[in-house]
Amino acid sequence: MSIFDGLKFRKVNSLIHNLDPRIKFVYVIGVFIAALLFLQIIPLLALFVIQLPFVFLARVQQQWLRSLRGAAFLAAFIFLINIATNFFGGGYTLTPSNIEGAAAMTLRFVVLVESFSVFFLTTSPDHLGLALEQSRVPYEFAFAFTAAVRFVPVLAEEAQTIMDAQKARGLELEKGNLLKRIRNYIPILIPLIVSAIRRSLELAEAMESRAWGACKKRTNLYSLQLHKGDYALIGITATILVSAIYAYFFVSIPTIVNLLS
Amino acid sequence: MIEVEGIYYSYPSKVEALRGVSLNIKDGEFVAIMGQNGAGKSTLVKHFNGLLKPSVGTVTVDGIKTVKSSVATLARNVGFVFQNPDHQLFSETVEEEIGFALKNFGFDVKVIEERITWSLELLSLSQYRKTSPFLLSGGERKRVALASVLACDPKMLVLDEPTIGQDYEQKEKLRQFIMQLQSQGKTVIAVTHDVEFVAECNPRVVLMKEGKIVADGQGHQILTDPAMLEAASIVLPQIAQVFTKLSALGLSKDIINIDEAKRVLLKAMEKHKR
Repeated sequence: MSIFDGLKFRKVNSLIHNLDPRIKFVYVIGVFIAALLFLQIIPLLALFVIQLPFVFLARVQQQWLRSLRGAAFLAAFIFLINIATNFFGGGYTLTPSNIEGAAAMTLRFVVLVESFSVFFLTTSPDHLGLALEQSRVPYEFAFAFTAAVRFVPVLAEEAQTIMDAQKARGLELEKGNLLKRIRNYIPILIPLIVSAIRRSLELAEAMESRAWGACKKRTNLYSLQLHKGDYALIGITATILVSAIYAYFFVSIPTIVNLLS
Repeated sequence: MIEVEGIYYSYPSKVEALRGVSLNIKDGEFVAIMGQNGAGKSTLVKHFNGLLKPSVGTVTVDGIKTVKSSVATLARNVGFVFQNPDHQLFSETVEEEIGFALKNFGFDVKVIEERITWSLELLSLSQYRKTSPFLLSGGERKRVALASVLACDPKMLVLDEPTIGQDYEQKEKLRQFIMQLQSQGKTVIAVTHDVEFVAECNPRVVLMKEGKIVADGQGHQILTDPAMLEAASIVLPQIAQVFTKLSALGLSKDIINIDEAKRVLLKAMEKHKR
């Protein structure tokens, strides 16, 4: 569950938290595209380092580290799979550039996790909903999205209670072979799904009794406006993207293996 | 026999839920654990079947230290009925639901069949044997959850908020049921907010506040002490309130249930007549 901890929003007043979520999202997409362009260690490392100031400015280092730790398992998995396919696909030999390729692939994943983690750690669900609405996403969808985000911790807590309840009836989750272990989760999943459905019906009734959807046109108490910082972030994103595209087409990027030899 | 010795427990979120709790519960006792939300009641009882292990101190159940054993082993002796039945119901029929724990504990098919019939009758659910538990009413679902635990015939039974969502009649049935279990020598531990329910049963009451036990004694002693109850944010039972207000008449003040109240009042009236 630690990977989810790393995505949980906590209210902090910082430069990054106050940025417009739409622009932050554009930035995340920008980093995303840049990371997909390269499969060399050096530019990916640059992308990784560029984002560190954001983490420190937002003062979310601890949670951010936790999300990276949560992703470590998956990262190791990606690395090993890459090594293995190279090894078995390449005639049972491994070259240093094979290893570098696998490392780059892993680093790309880490960069993606890093940027998404910064985004979710510094953007409140309310802001996110507001951003969706102001981007002309229909209110129904924007609301469904924020509601879903908000209910994740509630469901996690409920899952824990259900696990306790079934353990108290002698259920042993870690017992048996793989198939049996998967089947062990049925007594957890069914109550969880049933109660999620029940909860959603209750939520729908509560919303309707508070006149949800009564007016076609809703007004908002707050509206998002771009400030200096947002324009700066647009500039940063554009710079990252332009230089990434430039480097991709016009610069031959040395690999570590090349540099060493 | 449950022995709790100086336990502390902190949740991963660093909330210290128990701060030095010691308690002994003898076989065959009926104990109500009371206190306001967040006092540590649920955290304490989850130590009895090993769902939680103390950070400091020891919990011993029937001579076995809970730290060393699994929930599945402890659950064999300590039945635990959770507050919300929807957190455990998952089977297609009530029958399968009740058989679940029995199967987990490795009972024989024949025994399982017998136990299911027995527990369904005990909680007057026999007509729902083949019904889906999800089609039952809230109160009935709660009884199915109780039946599913009772079917294992545990020596000790922990009930988390058993009266929530039950009407008065069901509460009365539950009370009689607990008395019946007690007469069979079972230990019953109930976590509850329901002052009236506890007053009517008059069990041993353990009062908790901020992760500590602040009072421990028989119901009619604890539930008639306004200062102590106020500290734990609990109101006096209604009958105790009446007797507090009538204290000028020289009646005894530690009366909490209807039968006792009737007896004392009749006696006083007779005295008055003479």
